[in-house]
Amino acid sequence: MRLRHLKGWLYLLPALLFLGCFMIYPLVDVLIYSLEEGYNSASQTYFGVGLYNFSYVLHDPYFLQAVKNTLLLVVITVPLSTGLALLISVQLSSIPKLRDLYQTVFFLPYVTNTLAVGLVFMILFKKTPYSDGMINALIHLFGGETVDFMDGPYWAKMLVTCLYTVWIVMPFKILILTSALASVNPDYYKVARVDATPRWRIFTKITLPMISPMIFYLIITGFIGAFKAYSDEVALFGVNLNAAGMNTIVGYVYDMLYGDSGGYPSYASAAALILFAIVLTITVINLLVSRKHVYYA
Amino acid sequence: MQKKSIAGRIVTYCLLTVWAVIVLFPFYWMILTSVKSYSAYNGEYVPAFYTLEPTMQNYVDAFSAVPLGRYFLNTMIYTAVTTLLMLVVVVLSAYAFARLNFFGRGAMFTLFLSLMMIPNELVVITNFVTMTNMHLRNTFTGLILPSVASVFYIYLLKENFEQVPEELYKAAKVDGTSDLKYLFKVMMPICQPTIVTIAILKIIECWNAYVWPRLITDQQAYFLVSNGIQEIRENGFGRENIPAMMAAVVVISVPLIILFLVFHKKIMEGVSRGGTKG
Repeated sequence: MRLRHLKGWLYLLPALLFLGCFMIYPLVDVLIYSLEEGYNSASQTYFGVGLYNFSYVLHDPYFLQAVKNTLLLVVITVPLSTGLALLISVQLSSIPKLRDLYQTVFFLPYVTNTLAVGLVFMILFKKTPYSDGMINALIHLFGGETVDFMDGPYWAKMLVTCLYTVWIVMPFKILILTSALASVNPDYYKVARVDATPRWRIFTKITLPMISPMIFYLIITGFIGAFKAYSDEVALFGVNLNAAGMNTIVGYVYDMLYGDSGGYPSYASAAALILFAIVLTITVINLLVSRKHVYYA
Repeated sequence: MQKKSIAGRIVTYCLLTVWAVIVLFPFYWMILTSVKSYSAYNGEYVPAFYTLEPTMQNYVDAFSAVPLGRYFLNTMIYTAVTTLLMLVVVVLSAYAFARLNFFGRGAMFTLFLSLMMIPNELVVITNFVTMTNMHLRNTFTGLILPSVASVFYIYLLKENFEQVPEELYKAAKVDGTSDLKYLFKVMMPICQPTIVTIAILKIIECWNAYVWPRLITDQQAYFLVSNGIQEIRENGFGRENIPAMMAAVVVISVPLIILFLVFHKKIMEGVSRGGTKG
């Protein structure tokens, strides 16, 4: 019977090799890196062991800017996209015709290349000496003041980033919520109709509690996703995010690792671990809150 | 739900249509801009919403002025090899977890599940240093190897394998069928829909990969489409040739959109069962 055990492990071997080399070993290694002070990637030497890397990162103005940008992005886009997705999904579930067509169209952003469509957003919002750009033309049409969204004030850049993020994350949320809505037992609605319950009451007392586990799932994954924002910002503002003042925490990690400001894997590791700690804390808080408010059938 | 009034219905359709327009408009704009001629585009201070003189010149420029074909080919190689390797790894280990009885199976499965929580950002740092030290930068090996493992798909397929009645397995064993043969002749055909879904999700992931390819390649000969787009944006076409840029964007977006139109039911079902992109 020893052969049987051996065979099981043999089938598992490829997965173990890949995961061991590219996930488990790096995980241990990143902890070591973050504690090695003054690591030099050329000579692979370091001075000592301690928490200096964390302190350096936490005092770096670029990191603080990145944290501020990321937090703003999270606080604005997660509630906005979840609320909007809920509104659209409820409307989508209430129509008898064309539902499949709308659903397919709404899902389209999910399968597009983030970098490619980001370039389109940049062109829509950009203002150059030769052209106002599409969005500014619209603003002008309605009598507003034109703004350079890509190189202008901070709030304008943040606005574009938030809009693009919402545009990108909506398909996933709409899909999850429409399938959650479809799985609510129709008997509840029938009973409510017999009692002549007003529509708003049906929504808050039946629909919302029934789909609350999925809403919380979306909020948690939304938080995690928004904290890891990076490619969307690159798509809009280019690789030098520090120059644009639009860097994110993940962007800071990669900048420390690679590129013009790169070559500091220790700082990158420290920043990545700080990010992980933030995300873990927020997820745990979310789970604790959800235990109070979510109804599990 | 209760019947809505006619007015309520109109509001509903209006709202849905507004969102559909917001979703589709960037696609319309990129196609429109890609067929405007360079001079026409730059002559418009207020951009026009249509063009009467469409041109294909930008598409010619997109393929001749930058190595777009090269980026395309690289992405296809990367996507095909990564997806195939991933399927081999995932199918074998899902089968081991679902059907084979061996010492330490439960513990290993728990370990795999806990690996799902590890964010990519944490492991990328070491992988980058490892690959650099092994002189695997600017190679397909360096691009592909760290992208193969997907714990989540192992979990998804294992669940599906377990739904196949165990009696079939026992009957096959009595007949003297080997495990590998059983996997190929029975399990995989039965679970084919899930396997196809996993493959499609991985293809989408590969086609859109940006962070790892950017770290590991700095020679254009090994750029994938995402890096290619970034390169074009930073210094292709002399920066201001936006119609040509948009032509490149269209070319890069088309394969995935075709894939989506063909498999939209499968993709949406697969994502709602386990996609994550929040």
